[in-house]
Amino acid sequence: MSEKKMIDVYIFGKKYTVPSSLTIMDSMEYAGYQLTKGCGCRSGFCGACSTIYRVKGDKELKIALACQTKVEDGMYFTQLPFFPGEKPLYNINEFEPAMDTMAKFYPEIYKCIGCNSCTNGCPQDLNVMQYIAHAQRGEFEKCAHESFDCVSCGICASRCPAGITHYNAALLARRLTGKYIVPETEHLKNKVQEIAAGEHDQSIEEIMGKNIEELKELYNTRDITK
Amino acid sequence: MYTAEMRELSKKVEETRSQRIGINFPRMSPEDKIGVLNENHPDYSDKGFMYLKHGVNKGARVPNELGELLEAKSKLVNLEINLDKIDYDVDVLVIGGGGAGAAAALEANEKGAKVLITTKLRFGDANTMMAEGGIQAADKPDDSPAKHYLDVMGGGHYTNVPELASTLVKDAPSAIKWLNDLGVMFDKEKDGTMITNHGGGTSRKRMHSAADYSGAEIMRVMRDEVRNKEIEVLEFSPVIELLLDTDGKAAGAVICDLETKRNFVVRAKTVIMATGGAGRLHYQGFPTSNHYGATADGLVMGYRVGAELAFADTIQYHPTGVAYPSQIFGALVTEKVRSLGATPLNIHGEQFVYHLETRDVEASAIIRECNVKGNGIPTPTGGYGVWLDTPLIEMIHGEGTIEKKLPAMLRMYLKFDLDMRKKPILVYPTLHYQNGGLLIDKNGQTKIENLYVAGECAGGIHGTNRLMGNSLLDIIVFGRRAGIHAGENFKDIKIKDLTFDHVRKYHEDLENNEVESSQFSPMILPIYTHGREK
Ligand SMILES: Cc1cc2nc3c(=O)[nH]c(=O)nc-3n(C[C@H](O)[C@H](O)[C@H](O)COP(=O)(O)OP(=O)(O)OC[C@H]3O[C@@H](n4cnc5c(N)ncnc54)[C@H](O)[C@@H]3O)c2cc1C
Ligand code: SF4
Ligand code: SF4
Ligand code: FES
Repeated sequence: MSEKKMIDVYIFGKKYTVPSSLTIMDSMEYAGYQLTKGCGCRSGFCGACSTIYRVKGDKELKIALACQTKVEDGMYFTQLPFFPGEKPLYNINEFEPAMDTMAKFYPEIYKCIGCNSCTNGCPQDLNVMQYIAHAQRGEFEKCAHESFDCVSCGICASRCPAGITHYNAALLARRLTGKYIVPETEHLKNKVQEIAAGEHDQSIEEIMGKNIEELKELYNTRDITK
Repeated sequence: MYTAEMRELSKKVEETRSQRIGINFPRMSPEDKIGVLNENHPDYSDKGFMYLKHGVNKGARVPNELGELLEAKSKLVNLEINLDKIDYDVDVLVIGGGGAGAAAALEANEKGAKVLITTKLRFGDANTMMAEGGIQAADKPDDSPAKHYLDVMGGGHYTNVPELASTLVKDAPSAIKWLNDLGVMFDKEKDGTMITNHGGGTSRKRMHSAADYSGAEIMRVMRDEVRNKEIEVLEFSPVIELLLDTDGKAAGAVICDLETKRNFVVRAKTVIMATGGAGRLHYQGFPTSNHYGATADGLVMGYRVGAELAFADTIQYHPTGVAYPSQIFGALVTEKVRSLGATPLNIHGEQFVYHLETRDVEASAIIRECNVKGNGIPTPTGGYGVWLDTPLIEMIHGEGTIEKKLPAMLRMYLKFDLDMRKKPILVYPTLHYQNGGLLIDKNGQTKIENLYVAGECAGGIHGTNRLMGNSLLDIIVFGRRAGIHAGENFKDIKIKDLTFDHVRKYHEDLENNEVESSQFSPMILPIYTHGREK
């Protein structure tokens, strides 16, 4: 079974022989590291595990999430510490989205030279350059959707010649979209008001007053919508 | 890629599909549910559990792995720490940078408290970040908090603390509104109506989501807000012990820098424990969906100061963890996959359980199919799984549904060359959630004065079984409540001298009860070798 095959990888320059079935992250542990950095969810959600690698014979440096990438024979890798990124402070309640919002907080996005390095590096296959282009044009909602699956790993920012912190700019676009651009939810507003006005107190108290047998009966016969 | 053998077996799924589509498999009767749980659920047999020999819950049943940590010694046992040298002096110390911690910190800060968040990994590298499916709240016109309450109680086998369950459901709509107002992008119709779905055990469609990045979206927005408010965050700085003052009230903690191993003393007027779950203890050898730092530290440290544990012996095994490929073994296959219509099938391509039973029942049925009935599909690593017929989703809701509604799932499998739109996936239960924890009241307070608990390390809200979507809800509801209460309370608090006499007493207690252990706890991080020593 190919799962058992052993291969050589180079962790921080040193050679280790590890099973080929492991992820980059697992291979470090197999080698004997106990990870204290560069490891969080182990499932591709938190972006903690950005790793730079190169495979012997290939000149290109690649970046990947260590928990989502299998080791390859002759792989040289090293973990990337979280990439320092610009994060201006703002109070989301104090401004509405306007054409100049991005220019105010992230003026550097207008220095993009269209090199596409950000997109090429993104482990989530996002069109990063495109979402920055949307941000430049004040198209916050488009930027929000295009960037939605971002795990804030910082790989894009580590490669950008213009010094852009893509994931933070996109986060601002998403927050503006969620708060201001998408219509308000009527039924939510209503329910919050009803509860605050005490309209649901009685029905809750009533059901809280039931003993377990009565609750069971109610539960087992409750109507369930399709 | 599937092995040739698996590819062959998956053909059975395709063969039976036309007979299954559009036909609902019957739900189990209440008696059948009890039967399958008793026979198969890991919590329902005594194997894997021990009884505590000391402390507030002496005599209580806990999983072996947790019990060993509760009966281990403090990491401070041989340390001389000068408690007069205070490194951080704050009003509210929040331990843990997940959703509950962030919500608590924001509210406490809003009340004017000086807040410090300290966290084991990076801020936000937490179970919250990984939640995919969604968050419940009864805010639709055909729904109500009372209906939500009944579902919560039924799901929890009527063991939930009623006051906590009712607080959860009553605060739910305002929790969603709070998040929405912070800018969380919930899935909505064009007119602003929330798109809501069913989860296992819900009587109304009340699961709100943000694609299958629900937790990530909530977490990154709250994290951004904590940064905007300039709340101080210490990353890679786990707490290793709580501190009390000479009156026995919570008054701070000792933290340890993961890199330098230096210890620091925090003095705080109130302490909010929000350290999350325990999946990385791998109870009974199960794989887990949890993040790397989910090692029950909060339970251990809380127990050491005398806070009471509730339902610590009930664990949630999510019915659908990844059984194959091995690189992501145990990772979560969100319940949303089943909400959208994917059904579990055995080796013969037959459905054997309704796809949206409560999680404990669904997981037990899968374990029975594999381990008792011998109808599981073997995986190359020697385990078993059952099919989850994901292509059904596209047949029911149209092509493109998976890409739109389950982008994270699709991406995770594609990285290992499996296309869940075209082929079914293999699943087996995974250790997912700690149903119990440190007992709280409706403001998150424990019996130890000035010690609050919020989120997954709190106990009582969900009784012995939590429904999908009620955990993201509870971290917001009780995180906020703890933050507000602590943020109002600290003003009247005068701290006496700091001590760790309670640690000494704890060690004495262990000795008096003849507990011997060479271990130290909390665990902080698990050690993995991936079979190196074999
Ligand atoms: C894969 C997955 C999917 C899920 N899906 C859903 C879902 O769809 N809906 C739902 O409602 N629930 C879901 N859940 C459950 C839910 O996400 C969690 O229960 C919830 O987010 C827990 O939040 P928390 O803030 O209590 O803990 P966490 O978010 O786990 O945060 C705990 C924090 O405490 C820190 N910490 C731990 N120990 C220490 C220490 N000693 N010192 C300092 N800091 C410490 C950690 O580093 C972390 O920052 C899911 C869980 C998982 C794992
Ligand atoms: S957009 Fe940037 S930060 Fe986000 S996932 Fe892609 S590379 Fe990582
Ligand atoms: S890397 Fe920077 S400069 Fe290059 S395309 Fe992306 S945003 Fe523009
Ligand atoms: S550890 Fe979270 S993305 Fe890899």
